[in-house]
Amino acid sequence: MLEIKDLHASINGKEILKGISLTIRDGEVHALMGQNGAGKSTLSNIIVGHPAYEVTQGSITFNGRDLLSMAPEERAHAGIFLSFQQPVEIPGVSMTNFMRAALNAKRKAQGLEPLPATEFLKLMRERRKIVELDNKLANRSVNEGFSGGEKKRNEIFQMAMLEPTFAILDETDSGLDVDALRIVAEGFNKLRKTETSALVITHYQRLLDYLKPDIIHVLIGGRIVHTGGPEVATMIENGGFEQFMQEA
Amino acid sequence: MKMVAEQQYIDLYTECRSFIDDHSAPVLNAMRQQACDDLCRLGLPTQRLERYKYTNVAESFAPDYGLNLRHIPIPVNPYEVFRCDVPNLSTSLYFVVNDRFYDKALPPASLPEGVEVMSLAEAARKSPHFIEKYYGRLARSSKDGLNALNTMLCQDGLFIHVPKNTIVERPIQVINILRADVNLMVNRRVLIVLEEGAEAKVLFCDHAIDDHQFLTTQVGEVYVGENAHLELYELEETHVKSHRFSNMYVDQQRASTATIDSLTLHNGLTRNRTDVTLSGEYAETRMFGCVIADKQQHVDNNTLIDHRVPNCQSTELYKYVLDDEALGAFAGRVLVREGAQHTTSQETNANLVATDTARMYTQPMLEIYADDVKCSHGSTVGQLNDEALFYMRQRGIPEAEARMLLKFAFVGEVLDSIRMEPLRDRLHYLVEKRFRGLLSKCEGCKLCK
Repeated sequence: MLEIKDLHASINGKEILKGISLTIRDGEVHALMGQNGAGKSTLSNIIVGHPAYEVTQGSITFNGRDLLSMAPEERAHAGIFLSFQQPVEIPGVSMTNFMRAALNAKRKAQGLEPLPATEFLKLMRERRKIVELDNKLANRSVNEGFSGGEKKRNEIFQMAMLEPTFAILDETDSGLDVDALRIVAEGFNKLRKTETSALVITHYQRLLDYLKPDIIHVLIGGRIVHTGGPEVATMIENGGFEQFMQEA
Repeated sequence: MKMVAEQQYIDLYTECRSFIDDHSAPVLNAMRQQACDDLCRLGLPTQRLERYKYTNVAESFAPDYGLNLRHIPIPVNPYEVFRCDVPNLSTSLYFVVNDRFYDKALPPASLPEGVEVMSLAEAARKSPHFIEKYYGRLARSSKDGLNALNTMLCQDGLFIHVPKNTIVERPIQVINILRADVNLMVNRRVLIVLEEGAEAKVLFCDHAIDDHQFLTTQVGEVYVGENAHLELYELEETHVKSHRFSNMYVDQQRASTATIDSLTLHNGLTRNRTDVTLSGEYAETRMFGCVIADKQQHVDNNTLIDHRVPNCQSTELYKYVLDDEALGAFAGRVLVREGAQHTTSQETNANLVATDTARMYTQPMLEIYADDVKCSHGSTVGQLNDEALFYMRQRGIPEAEARMLLKFAFVGEVLDSIRMEPLRDRLHYLVEKRFRGLLSKCEGCKLCK
């Protein structure tokens, strides 16, 4: 599904990623762990096409297509979704209008007609339940006045609406209490279909206990220094990242 | 000898005085000579004057425009050329073609008894003593060159009168149509009198239906009596060849309220001056403005809220969205005079400048000569939020659509201030259309068909 080869990238002239190679197959969940500043969010931003980052070398293909040549919205239409580490507040744009614009843009890209208003609202209602998102929030402006936990739930709600085939969760667990974490993680699991794959960025094992990744990568200094199974999360939880420093 | 901009108009007045008088009314004619003297003395305003800093008046007045001083009828059927832009809004609909009230097809009697909506010249012929009491009293020609020019040349316009304790439920909608076969100058006058306890909602829509240059001067005088309530909306959707200079003066008596909304959706060059005087205690002013400009459009709003007495409230909010090479200016002065204690006043101007080449000048001004007041003022100039834009694109919303949604969200606050619901809904639609680039000419005019 997603294939990253020898990816080098920088922001404001500073090299952050120094040769990342990674393959995520259909249905796989990979986790990316690493210290602050290791380049985890840089990688996720590059996959979704954030204009602030510059790819200096390497390639990313998504289902055989050259991802780096696609606009952010085209990547979204192709099925890529990012649950933002810090969801953006957009005063004056209601959640309803926002979701309608997003969903219909995707449908248009697929050659489908816009969803009729009643069906759209029904879909909103259904999907909101998955993450127990209050109706009141859905009527407000995008993320405006939402608590940290509500913002994260809102990200998973949007994922539920857009049904991506590849999702990146960028520290979706940060700032969540245990109950909210469970709601978000279980929501994500409910949405997963057999072919859905994901890249989960986190510092903690707690989220991974719910999501059960197939493969865990350790990112240090812009390079993947270790790749293994679920046991890697336990190793990190017990011994920190230092044990991987030598490999770096 | 260097020709000054006002000279051609002074010459015209001197030569054509008799036609001008013949096609107007004695009350209006009585003011002309004084106005001419004022214009000779003041000249047209220059950019050296604080209140005209952002608009070059002489440049707009320099070209040679035709004037229809003999009031030769211009063939037009407003109902044919104008498709109402605000459907579902059940209004009493009137037309003013250039400076003339269109009386050939008046709406069926829907106004309460005693309420008048008519030609100002006719009203001045019918009831000279009444008009004399109000005409030229707020808009002094001795104070402003544009008032002087308008008073010297204007022959007609619109008169609205709502008698004491009369409530006009249905909005009065006035369509100002600019219609000509040559480049035309129009000098229009508006007089609105709401007597004690009266209530009315008035909506002006400005359109230009011919592909010629138009130069309009409009001077309005609005009297809001004790306990009277006025909502006044001005919506401009003209074309890039229209230059508009409007001076609107509003006087509010005790416990009156006035909502003044100015919306510039499409234009060429516009300068709106709105002066509100709070003359009676416990009066409230709500002033809103929304400007959307692109290409080389120019919109300059200059406002004054004059708190002369204690215990009044004013709120002012203007928002601009500027694209391409548009130029916006906002200068809003709130004056709290000595003794005007317990004034509450809030003034905000927020602007979105979407390109490197668009320019915005903003000047919120607060002058306080009383010591027990609650006042604030502020302004911002910013760009679209890049992070919000990216967030929307990540969700699949194409960039152009995302930009449109953000601009729309920005002006939403002003549109939501509109109390007339069908108008508000319609404006949402028109503004969205405007941001999609589909309103580059006005909707209601035949040019666009």
